Amino acid sequence: MSGHAVIELRDIGFRYDRDQVLRGVDLALEEGELVLVSGRTGVGKSTLLGVVTGLVPRFTGGVLTGDVLLDGRSIVHQPPRERAHLVGYVGQDPLAGFVADTVEEELAYGMEQLGTAPETMRRRVEETLDLLGIADLRARDLRTLSGGQQQRVAIGAVLTTHPRVLVLDEPTSALDPTAAEDVLATITRLVHDLGLTVLLAEHRLERVVPFADRICLVTGDGDIRVDDPHTILLDSPVAPPLVELGRLADWAPLPLTVRDARRRARSLPDLVEPEPTPPPTAEPLLVARKVTVVHGSHVAVREVDLTLSAGRVTVLMGRNGSGKSSLIWSLQGSGKRRSGTVHVAGDDPADLAPARRRTRVGLVPQTAADLLYLETVAEECAAADTGAEAEPGTCRGLLDRLAPGIDETMHPRDLSEGQRLALALSIVLAARPPVVLLDEPTRGLDYAGKAELARIVADLAADHHAVLLATHDVEFAAHVADEVVVMAEGEVVSSGAPRRVLAESPSFAPQVTKVLGPPWLVVEEVAAAMRARVEERRA
Amino acid sequence: MTGPAALPRDLHPLAWWSWAIGLATAASLTTNPLLLLLYMGSATVVVMARRSGHPFGRSFRLYVYLAAFTVVLRVVFRIVFGGQEVGHVLLDLPEIPLPDWAAGIRLLGPVTSEALLAGLYDGLRLAAIILCVGAANSLANPKRLLASVPPALYEIGTALVVAVTIFPQLAESARRVRAAQALRGGATTGVARLRRFLVPVLEDALERSLALAAGMDTRGYGRSGGATLRERWVTGSLLLLALTGICVGTYAWLDPTAPQVLALPMLGVGVSVAVLGLVSAGRRVQRTRYRPDAWRGAELFTVGVGVAVAVLGWYVAHTQLVVAYPGVDVVPFLSPLALACGVLGTLPAIATPVPASAPVRQEVTA
Repeated sequence: MSGHAVIELRDIGFRYDRDQVLRGVDLALEEGELVLVSGRTGVGKSTLLGVVTGLVPRFTGGVLTGDVLLDGRSIVHQPPRERAHLVGYVGQDPLAGFVADTVEEELAYGMEQLGTAPETMRRRVEETLDLLGIADLRARDLRTLSGGQQQRVAIGAVLTTHPRVLVLDEPTSALDPTAAEDVLATITRLVHDLGLTVLLAEHRLERVVPFADRICLVTGDGDIRVDDPHTILLDSPVAPPLVELGRLADWAPLPLTVRDARRRARSLPDLVEPEPTPPPTAEPLLVARKVTVVHGSHVAVREVDLTLSAGRVTVLMGRNGSGKSSLIWSLQGSGKRRSGTVHVAGDDPADLAPARRRTRVGLVPQTAADLLYLETVAEECAAADTGAEAEPGTCRGLLDRLAPGIDETMHPRDLSEGQRLALALSIVLAARPPVVLLDEPTRGLDYAGKAELARIVADLAADHHAVLLATHDVEFAAHVADEVVVMAEGEVVSSGAPRRVLAESPSFAPQVTKVLGPPWLVVEEVAAAMRARVEERRA
Repeated sequence: MTGPAALPRDLHPLAWWSWAIGLATAASLTTNPLLLLLYMGSATVVVMARRSGHPFGRSFRLYVYLAAFTVVLRVVFRIVFGGQEVGHVLLDLPEIPLPDWAAGIRLLGPVTSEALLAGLYDGLRLAAIILCVGAANSLANPKRLLASVPPALYEIGTALVVAVTIFPQLAESARRVRAAQALRGGATTGVARLRRFLVPVLEDALERSLALAAGMDTRGYGRSGGATLRERWVTGSLLLLALTGICVGTYAWLDPTAPQVLALPMLGVGVSVAVLGLVSAGRRVQRTRYRPDAWRGAELFTVGVGVAVAVLGWYVAHTQLVVAYPGVDVVPFLSPLALACGVLGTLPAIATPVPASAPVRQEVTA
């Protein structure tokens, strides 16, 4: 890591009103370095990125103090547009930031703004198309691309102006594991080949840590800690399962890649393998047979059979666009179904009126905010009670169980991602449906949020609900699933116990399985086995 | 067309729009159903032959439906609201008596063939204009048209492009929110229901706009460039001066009591100062365009066809009244000139290059 600092933050402070987000932050990014910004949700990761791009404080409000130097020159007073040729920024949802229609025009947009000569533009567009491996998409409409392709186009669109620094805010949060790996491989290639400096914020550390040169941990009290991953991860409050495994087994230095960990794992003592989960004996609550959903000429779901049983959690996985959402909506009965049958307590939910349908199958959509429309949490809960003809206070009671301690007077938009999800879930549960469907509930949740969600889902199952949830997050799936169903091209390609299904697939295997091999799924199992071993020795 | 013009490429959007406006102008100058059918036919033939592969290329069908609906609506209106007292009665419907305050409006009553034909001709004229606009829309991406505005108007152009993009997104978010709101109980009537629906859609739209604004800003949209204060001042005063000139000129032109010196000369001065202002504003803009649409022979030819159709149509309307506005009691007919005018519009279907963005058709012919 030689060379000088490309970007330097000096004594950066930032506050909204009296809420100090950052205080006295110093950070220097060197050339060709990938720095990962990590920390819990809401500690100021996005703020730190915004300081570099100039979007903070211009688009957020608040007071910024201190200085930002790029190649030794102060740019803190320049608006983002004047930094466009030096700092490239890709936001969380690439589609929201697209200006043009087609891939090619989008790649050229930034250069058009900078007044790049037409020949140079033409050349750079071609180079970038090749560099990111998206040449075959050049004339495609941006809205028809898959999530991973959109993310790569968004990165390409800022690369064409040849910036010195690339700032990425959760580039893989909405992607399936394979698409996420594609995007990360692309970013690593840029760092290695072009010497680009990358500042990247990400929740799912298990994906990014192997690529990071340094980690910048935003601690939450306004301070940051910057060091190499081994040191930071020793006691970071957010850590991938691999690191937790390393901490558990006292491996030093901590393993950052599956390969490292696998080598270390040989030194682990023999542990008693976890018992296979007992086969389902529960009563089936939802039985779907040969469900087919067609959008136009596209078959989204093809003859899928699915049974959801009381007290069991089924996890639906598969790449973006494999038909997970279509299946979920058609099971609820609101989504159109071409053929097939769905039975919930003797009725087909599609034949019921929406009000009765809600009492059979509850669904929390991908964007939970779509369900909410009132000004305070209390109003939302009251409206949910009236709507479900439940006792006043039912929804609030549910919310207090799912996510205790939410202030009634808060605006639903001001809640954290996890709290908002809990609110939407309580509203849906107020109608007391025996079957609950959750579409991508893990989006935007950090490790603590996911642990909370895992607890909520386990509670629902303990209450004899049948739960189906779609997710990309393999680690989360490994924690909550009683059964895993993997979909591709609208068909079920494998289903069964997580120990079998997750371990079978290289892209869906959780990190612990990759290291220790099946049947291990999660760190907690290893911990329990190690404790058991210690006790055995004592006895 | 030989040489490079014959290679597949997209025609400049401005050329398609000029052609379509020419046809629409000619259509607005006649009620002859034969001539109108010819105009509609030409527009359809050209669209079938040269429509591009982008999503807008598929929109023509919608315009055809809209045009057919317009014709039907005009005829139905003639029946419902009655019409002429005289003429050949086809169907003697009873007239519904209306109270005094609705004097002048008739409901039903005898249906005459004259009224029906007048309604049909009128409807056909509107339908022809709608089809011409639809043809332009499916031949040329409206966004590319907006992007071809002079550099000084670039910011307005981008704003319009973004506005056009927002609409499909709004429809998508409306669909999503409606589906989501059906998952919870609550008010299903009146204002409360509207609120349930509108609040999430608007919040979503607002968030999207902010994300887009941030995205555009970080990519350099609205960079001030190297304009000095003096340059900006010169541009500003030029444009202000032009606006004053155009206002005074238009006023004097429309008001016959105003001194005529102020009319056309003032308008002319205003317009030329405006052009100067735009040039001055455009010169300090540092923006460039990626692969701008070329303006070659085929474009000139297409515009020429549009202008020719419009001029011929105007000529027919002023010299051959019986052809352009046939009575409803005789069979309409065409003069050779009118026939030529009606067919002329199809020429771009063969004289322009095949659009490069028509992948499906190319595969078929290849």
